[in-house]
Amino acid sequence: MRVALFVTCVNDAVYPSTGVATVRILERLGVEVDFPADQTCCGQPPYNTGYRRETEPLVRRTVRAFEEYAYVVTPSGSCAAMVRHHYASFGDRAAALAPRTYELSEFLVDVLGVTDVGAYFPYTVTYHPSCHGLRALGLGTGPRRLLDAVKGLDLRELPGAEECCGFGGTFAVKNPDVSAAMGRDKVRHALSTGADVLCGADNSCLMHLGGILRREGAPLRTLHLAEILASTEEEPWRE
Amino acid sequence: MSDIFLGMPAFPRAAKAAVHNPTLRANLRHATHTIRTKRARAVAELDDWDRLREAGRRIKDHTLRHLDTYLEQLEAAVTRAGGTVHWAADAAEANAIVTALVQATGEREVVKVKSMATQEIGLNEALEAAGITAYETDLAELIVQLGDDRPSHILVPAIHRNRGEIRDLFARTMADWGRPAPDGLTDTPADLAEAARLHLREKFLRAKVAVSGANFMVAETGTLVVLESEGNGRMCLTLPETLISVVGIEKTIPTWRDLEVFLQTLPRSSTAERMNPYTSMWTGTTDGDGPRAFHLVLLDNGRTDTLADEVGRQALRCIRCSACLNVCPVYERAGGHAYGSVYPGPIGAILSPQLRGTTSEIDASLPYASSLCGACYDVCPVAIDIPEVLVHLRERVADQGGHRLEQAAVKVASWVLDHPAVLAAGERLAARTRRAHPARPPGTKAWTESRDLPELPAEPFRDWWRKNRT
Ligand code: SF4
Repeated sequence: MRVALFVTCVNDAVYPSTGVATVRILERLGVEVDFPADQTCCGQPPYNTGYRRETEPLVRRTVRAFEEYAYVVTPSGSCAAMVRHHYASFGDRAAALAPRTYELSEFLVDVLGVTDVGAYFPYTVTYHPSCHGLRALGLGTGPRRLLDAVKGLDLRELPGAEECCGFGGTFAVKNPDVSAAMGRDKVRHALSTGADVLCGADNSCLMHLGGILRREGAPLRTLHLAEILASTEEEPWRE
Repeated sequence: MSDIFLGMPAFPRAAKAAVHNPTLRANLRHATHTIRTKRARAVAELDDWDRLREAGRRIKDHTLRHLDTYLEQLEAAVTRAGGTVHWAADAAEANAIVTALVQATGEREVVKVKSMATQEIGLNEALEAAGITAYETDLAELIVQLGDDRPSHILVPAIHRNRGEIRDLFARTMADWGRPAPDGLTDTPADLAEAARLHLREKFLRAKVAVSGANFMVAETGTLVVLESEGNGRMCLTLPETLISVVGIEKTIPTWRDLEVFLQTLPRSSTAERMNPYTSMWTGTTDGDGPRAFHLVLLDNGRTDTLADEVGRQALRCIRCSACLNVCPVYERAGGHAYGSVYPGPIGAILSPQLRGTTSEIDASLPYASSLCGACYDVCPVAIDIPEVLVHLRERVADQGGHRLEQAAVKVASWVLDHPAVLAAGERLAARTRRAHPARPPGTKAWTESRDLPELPAEPFRDWWRKNRT
């Protein structure tokens, strides 16, 4: 099976290790991964801020980069949701990409039918499901089942898991006080679990939460789901 | 809408004060989480909830599509039943109609049933200007009125107040409005309710004119419906001689039978009750029973403009249950006042800018007062896709060119993102110089005031791919 990796602009520029981890997981499971070099951004940031016209070229570019693939996999719930729910309003070619675009955990569980990806991660972890994963994509228990199957991993329930972390794209800077208040509550819940790692499937949410954790010097780090799933006994996760 | 909210600061500034007020945060957090959990339980009891929700959506959409027909049917039915129908294009017209009707009775005071529409038009202030006193009789509205305060929630307007604050308020102010609070008033709910009961009773028994809104208007029969918990509404609807109801035109439903759906979904969504304690229905006037004169003021006030917008019109399906407020993480932290409207929370963020337009500072900021988390859409009993309407209204605000700097920045960013070579060069430059980046670069205050920026990687993903996979 051949898939196209849609790494997303944020992961490309700021979290390349998430992209690398995604490649490692998929290749380990026997999937052939392509990286169409013309890809950049799905258009979510301008779209959600009200700039539809400025979104159009980005949608066209994304469609051109990926339309020849039967499966497009992305380690970002919100970018997957952008393509899935909003591309249809940009014409037929864009609409056709929607059903072929999968968030990583969704692709693993629903398409490949695996929950045990052979990972090893000897840490205590709590999982924040993120609004786009939880409500927009309806990922359900998939990510948690993947984490449950990781050897050595101790999964702790996150109180108030379904609540938004307060990132919300440009919301984080347009309403910084409310955004930070939401983030601090999420961080407080995560710390109450005693976990070493706050895991999520959207690096934008983790960038916001990690930023608060670092500012407060809290004994908890954020990590994308892909990086946990990529970690094995032979090649364990390293900073 | 009424003038009291004009000149409100934009949402982020108004919210800042609330976020940093620990009492308010605690009050709101406690109240919204309690009702949120209860609602989830009440809804989970029904195995046909999704179908009820879909039925509610369809009934409302159908009515809105044929609103002209149903409104005429409603007018005919109300008139046949002995009522008088008035049409008000905006707040000023509605206020003038109600004021003239009260003046015609010769009365100088009215009792009021809790109503969003009359708050929207600022009726109490208009009556006061004409020398007429309006007494709010809903317990929470009474608290707001006594405190010279503004409502901060649709259903629980005094949600921002705790018991201690309410006790002090009653003890201090009730005497100015009528019967004083009993001596030695405590802050137990039973004592507070009794004080309100005694205070209000004399008003119910004295009042000759009542003003109400309505939750529903049935076009086929001309029946108006009010759902409430306290029974104070029913006092107002039955004791006075004249009843004046001010109702938004979108509250129409075609048939009596349609109530079947909403009488199930509204109580469960709003108060988490299977059934609300009091449902009052009246059709025109009845000899020897209840008010002898009934006036219905049908209010537009921006609703037909809203109806003209294909995406935005779904906001008119709203049955004002407040479920979206109670689950909203932004409302929970910002409080209701920050929304600068009688309609706070997610529904306010999509309704106010449509009813009032997006020209004022507060209205232009409301569509952005959301992280688009989608919790509101999940609970809405008439399936209003609030995030969709928010994004749609953001387009309207962006189009009117308010945010020039932002517009320029978005244009540049989109151009870069449409040129991968430029993007890659930028990424490489940023990665190479990352050790020299300041922790709080200029222009990033909104982010860095409370959060660190992420450290940049040694190379972007596309370079890793080129080196390792090609
Ligand atoms: S928008 Fe929906 S959830 Fe919110 S008050 Fe209206 S009906 Fe209730």
